[in-house]
Amino acid sequence: MKCQICDNPATVHLTEIVNKKKRALHLCERCARERNLIADPPGPQLDLKALLNLLMNPFPHAGPSGGPADNVVTQAATDACEVCGLTLAEFKAEGRLGCPHDYDTLRPTLEPLLERIHRATAHSGKEPRAVRVREWRRQMQAAAAAEDYEEAARLRDLIRRSSSGQ
Amino acid sequence: MNLDTLLPHLGEWLRGTGPESDVVVSTRIRLARNLADLPFATRATAAHKAEVVSRAKDAVAKADAGHTLEYLDIPALPALDRQFLVERQLISRELAGGLEGPRGVAFDPTETASVMVNEEDHLRLQVLRSGFALDEAWRDIDRLDDALEARLSYAFHTQFGYLTACPTNVGTGMRASVMLHLPALGLTKQIDKVFRALQKINLAVRGLHGEGSRAFGDLYQISNHVTLGKSETKILNEIREVIVTILQYERQARNALLKERRQAEHDRVARAIGTLGSATMITAEETMELLSAVRLGIHLHLLDGVPVTAVNQLFIHTQAAHLQKIAGHALDGEERNAARAKYLKTKLRELGTHRQ
Ligand SMILES: [Zn+2]
Ligand SMILES: [Zn+2]
Repeated sequence: MKCQICDNPATVHLTEIVNKKKRALHLCERCARERNLIADPPGPQLDLKALLNLLMNPFPHAGPSGGPADNVVTQAATDACEVCGLTLAEFKAEGRLGCPHDYDTLRPTLEPLLERIHRATAHSGKEPRAVRVREWRRQMQAAAAAEDYEEAARLRDLIRRSSSGQ
Repeated sequence: MNLDTLLPHLGEWLRGTGPESDVVVSTRIRLARNLADLPFATRATAAHKAEVVSRAKDAVAKADAGHTLEYLDIPALPALDRQFLVERQLISRELAGGLEGPRGVAFDPTETASVMVNEEDHLRLQVLRSGFALDEAWRDIDRLDDALEARLSYAFHTQFGYLTACPTNVGTGMRASVMLHLPALGLTKQIDKVFRALQKINLAVRGLHGEGSRAFGDLYQISNHVTLGKSETKILNEIREVIVTILQYERQARNALLKERRQAEHDRVARAIGTLGSATMITAEETMELLSAVRLGIHLHLLDGVPVTAVNQLFIHTQAAHLQKIAGHALDGEERNAARAKYLKTKLRELGTHRQ
């Protein structure tokens, strides 16, 4: 596969999702590095602004305004968070989110970004107690429905112990 | 709380003991947490920030996490006190100076746990330990986190985990850093090799105060970069494995120094202690370089009578804000260099240093 910018072999592959449409991005290492998509030694710091810029306008040579990339920018930029008002353009400028809800509002932009930063898009690890208890309740009901009363009792005790703050 | 009461003491994390303390100075874990129903720092008004402070103070006061945390209002503190807290690693430079509006820090008197309020995230929990103690630090901060969560509603997403103002921290919100003293790898010029290897496996390396790659006093902080997609335990295990390898390298390099240039090394350590004990003007940078040599000298048994705790104390107490608090008034650069030299001279005389 060739780099979409310079025709060298593409070794860096990114996916962006804009308005529910998935689009792949294939670049050679040099082009990706020039756009700061690969961390340069000596730091692991990613240039968030550069990455967002590329995701919003991945084909700099795609011709004058009115091309597909420009449509994406206009549409996405007007999609402000209904809670805090943050727009994609503002996130691009600041590299910081405005409120917890933005993780849903900007999910199409964030997922490829998180993939680049963390090589993952989903959390695995600690959960707040409230979330854990909710999950145990669900499992307890499923165990009871399946007549696995031993498991249901174990989960019930777990929930009890947790809500008594131990 | 009067910060002057902290002055003569040294945070628990600097006592110079703990596992692998010949190389590992300290272990730190921090967790970024945000409240579910308030905007992040960039979009928060002064009223929002005041609300965060009020809820955090309440939670911290009532949390039962094995620590008694006392809250300090940062905007109300004189600049010198804020700098003092930075030097003690209890708050970040940003919380001390760069940020505006209601903000603060809660910490326990032994300085092992602190909670920054309204830094980049609503809450930044931190636990500091002496030596190599990732498990203990995690157990401690996990408990503190649970205790605070019992009274606060955290922003948590089923897919993305703990939500943070910057996507680089999302997921676990956890940054674990281990501070290493690596003089022998520096002297034998192998440190760059270590750095290149660390970057390849996505760990971050910084000097003690985070600026640039050059570390004064051969002190380096190694921390995880990835916070999403791996559990806290997995991240900690990956760091542990790497640190264990670096420990072995540093000790090998120290043994090689002893074997191949014991005389030269002895001379370097003796000169370092000599300069520290006799200078009349000395910069913070030179002090750190020389203390680094002394610290190595202690572990190579080339020096007698100076406990590691004392060296750690000199590292901290010769920094700008500490010197000014010891003096009881503000000092300019030249005055600080003189005060630093005087302080070192007095302390080393008290220790009655002599060479073998
Ligand atoms: Zn290319
Ligand atoms: Zn928002």
